[in-house]
Amino acid sequence: MPVISPKEVQPDYDVVIVGSGAGGGQMAYTLTMNGAKVLVMEAGRIFDPARETAMMHTPDMAPLRAMPTPDKQYGFYDSSVDSGWEIPGEPYTNASKEEKRQFFWWRQRMLGGRTNHWGRVSLRNGPYDFKTKSRQGIGFDWPISYDDLHLYYDKVEMLVGIFGSNEGVENVPHSSPGVLLPPPKMRAGELLTKKFAKKIGIDVVPVHRAILTKQQDADRLPAILHPGNAKAQKILAENMRSRAKCFFATDCHRGCSIGAAYDSATVHLRPALKTGNLDILPNAMVREVTLNKEGKAKGLSYIDKVDGADHHVSAKVVVLAASSQESVRILLNSKSSLFPDGLANSSGKVGKYITDSVSSSFSAQIPALENLPPHNEDGTVGQQAYVPWWLCKEHTAGRLDFSGGYKFIVGSGRRMPKMSSVRGFDRLAGRDGTGFGTDLKEDARRFYGSTVGFGAQGAMAANDDCFSELDPEVKDKWGIPVLRFHWKWSDDELKQIAHQQESMASIFETMGARISRQPETGNPLKVIKDGGKIIHEVGGAIMGDNPKNSVTDQWSRTWDVPNLVLSDGAPFPNTADKNPTLTIMALAWRAADHVLDELKKGNV
Amino acid sequence: MKDFDETPRIERRVAMEWIISAAAAVPFLGQTVIGATSDSAAPVSGKGYGPDPNMVKVYKPGDLWPLTFSTGQRELVIVLCDIIIPADEQSPSASSQGVHDFVDEWISSPYSAQTSDRNLILKGLAWLDEEGVRQGSANFVAMSAEAQLKICQELSLKPKEFPGNFFWKMRDLVAGGYYTTPVGMRDLGYRGNMPMPEWNGPPKGVLDLLGLEPESR
Repeated sequence: MPVISPKEVQPDYDVVIVGSGAGGGQMAYTLTMNGAKVLVMEAGRIFDPARETAMMHTPDMAPLRAMPTPDKQYGFYDSSVDSGWEIPGEPYTNASKEEKRQFFWWRQRMLGGRTNHWGRVSLRNGPYDFKTKSRQGIGFDWPISYDDLHLYYDKVEMLVGIFGSNEGVENVPHSSPGVLLPPPKMRAGELLTKKFAKKIGIDVVPVHRAILTKQQDADRLPAILHPGNAKAQKILAENMRSRAKCFFATDCHRGCSIGAAYDSATVHLRPALKTGNLDILPNAMVREVTLNKEGKAKGLSYIDKVDGADHHVSAKVVVLAASSQESVRILLNSKSSLFPDGLANSSGKVGKYITDSVSSSFSAQIPALENLPPHNEDGTVGQQAYVPWWLCKEHTAGRLDFSGGYKFIVGSGRRMPKMSSVRGFDRLAGRDGTGFGTDLKEDARRFYGSTVGFGAQGAMAANDDCFSELDPEVKDKWGIPVLRFHWKWSDDELKQIAHQQESMASIFETMGARISRQPETGNPLKVIKDGGKIIHEVGGAIMGDNPKNSVTDQWSRTWDVPNLVLSDGAPFPNTADKNPTLTIMALAWRAADHVLDELKKGNV
Repeated sequence: MKDFDETPRIERRVAMEWIISAAAAVPFLGQTVIGATSDSAAPVSGKGYGPDPNMVKVYKPGDLWPLTFSTGQRELVIVLCDIIIPADEQSPSASSQGVHDFVDEWISSPYSAQTSDRNLILKGLAWLDEEGVRQGSANFVAMSAEAQLKICQELSLKPKEFPGNFFWKMRDLVAGGYYTTPVGMRDLGYRGNMPMPEWNGPPKGVLDLLGLEPESR
């Protein structure tokens, strides 16, 4: 079974999955490795990271030195095609005209979805992150606790390959022994930050990312991940052996043709295809979920983007993993006499409770890092060190004026230069005018690589102001109604931003850094990243323990339609101070186990 | 200054075997591109590369959209390139790396973000030639190197207003263009983009300078 066209769609799939990213990929992997017949539908084209990613190219090989354009919104070499904040013919709208109430929606229309270009930061939610309501008094508790996911996190980490370390930080869970790959050594700027942050009680530790710092143990891991399943073990062992370890060059955002960095096509879909149980249907834009007379999901109607024709596919179970808001959109557009307000929406909660990372950044120049002898600092290009939330005890004692914690990523190093790399050097050199000639060359050698940047990302509890709904008028080029977003940062989140700014600045102060502005504590709205901009949005079909105020149960299965499952960020009741992708995959594996159970019992 | 560029490397050939994409291995070295002469006041005529370009292909100025500079404008930008980034004992000049053709590519871009740069650059080039005439030369290129430098020094003092803002923009494009070439990156002290079997952290010499201990893990 392979990549197919609408004509080759089979009549008897066990499961059809909409979306091929982290959630859809993990769902497809777990199901097919255990014998289920699966169709994955992808709105974009097939993309092959092994052949199509430009790993070692320098910017001068690209148009406009690889700078972003409306066609390639994260730059020419970013591993995203047909994707962006704005996609011609596929609009979305915002209800408010206010600048600070806009939500930005990144769509990744290609096989593997957003896993192609993400930063690969892979952190577990901690025990507190599942109990927001109990602990903070706002938002919701999840219907599961950390213990329900611990082993699934282990499994995903072993499958995907995650580097990192166990540091004993409160609410930052340990992986089981033998699960994590060794973290890369920190760069000079990171070690310097660690040394000075320590002086004010803040610990810098290795981050966790989905990159192979050594090759996976193909003799040991497959048997742990697929006990009693010889076929799955063999396929997985082969796939692990086909992935090279990182060679410590090139930015993971470009994609990884050697398979060292995780993406869904390489790690999930390739072995899933080898089982013979998977079909992949690209260029399929889903219109709605269809129902049978009993009110169960029958399948999906979709448009073949190649010729614009409408088609239908049937399966015993329908899984939406189209990205949280695209899945919400499909539900809201699936209207019937049984569900006049959209499918699985008897609670009225579909689209409600979108959350996102609460984020601001701060960077500074470090005089100690000037004029360092040239050396290679690529490492695992990108993030290697971070500061996990260090004030849990203060929160517990009620000594902070905001409710959510945050982490921050430390960025430093002598990175591959880009167009803007020397732009700030006039100011650093104390020039009022435009530096040029020998002055410019000397400035450039002196200041290159001497900046350190912090990017804080914090927790957000669900609230009533952040949600999506169908726009009553606007449709996309296929005539499908589009989403309209509502967004408003709360005072709680703005206070968190002020705290982020202060703590990041205080570390820079101890380092003797030169900052270009004061920390923005007076008006945090000025520096908070807009909703959606971090591309961590989740929620919109949250899980709960009560059908009246949630959309899915703890298995990500909708309360209203028992054979309809969500397998992306949509069921998240909140955003933790951790990146969502690892949790999306752990939930997907857990949901897939439940689907397999139900298939075996004949319940669907 | 000692260069700590001694980390064991994987031979490039071996690394490239790892990279399945054969095209990724083709290096692009600076090439001379003859600029198309066209009416400098005309709007750009090309199209963008679309949302799904071939990322592995190596592009050079003029491949995707027509260039703008006349022969005279191109000569003038070559002179400016080498005033902004001259050769010194450590590295060659901007024009030796074809940066003038990159500037042409940039101002000929069909994307709206570059349109204002196009207008400013073309207006600034015309101003420089007029200034050359005012000072008794045929144009800017015909002036003595000292006279050219003197004009640039004056322009560099007022980066916010025309024609100083033109010079700031030209510096931005030339410096950005230069330091994104392999030669420019090396001059900055970038030593990465080099496949290695292991990553061992910063060299001891760097850590010593910073008063840091190597990581023990």
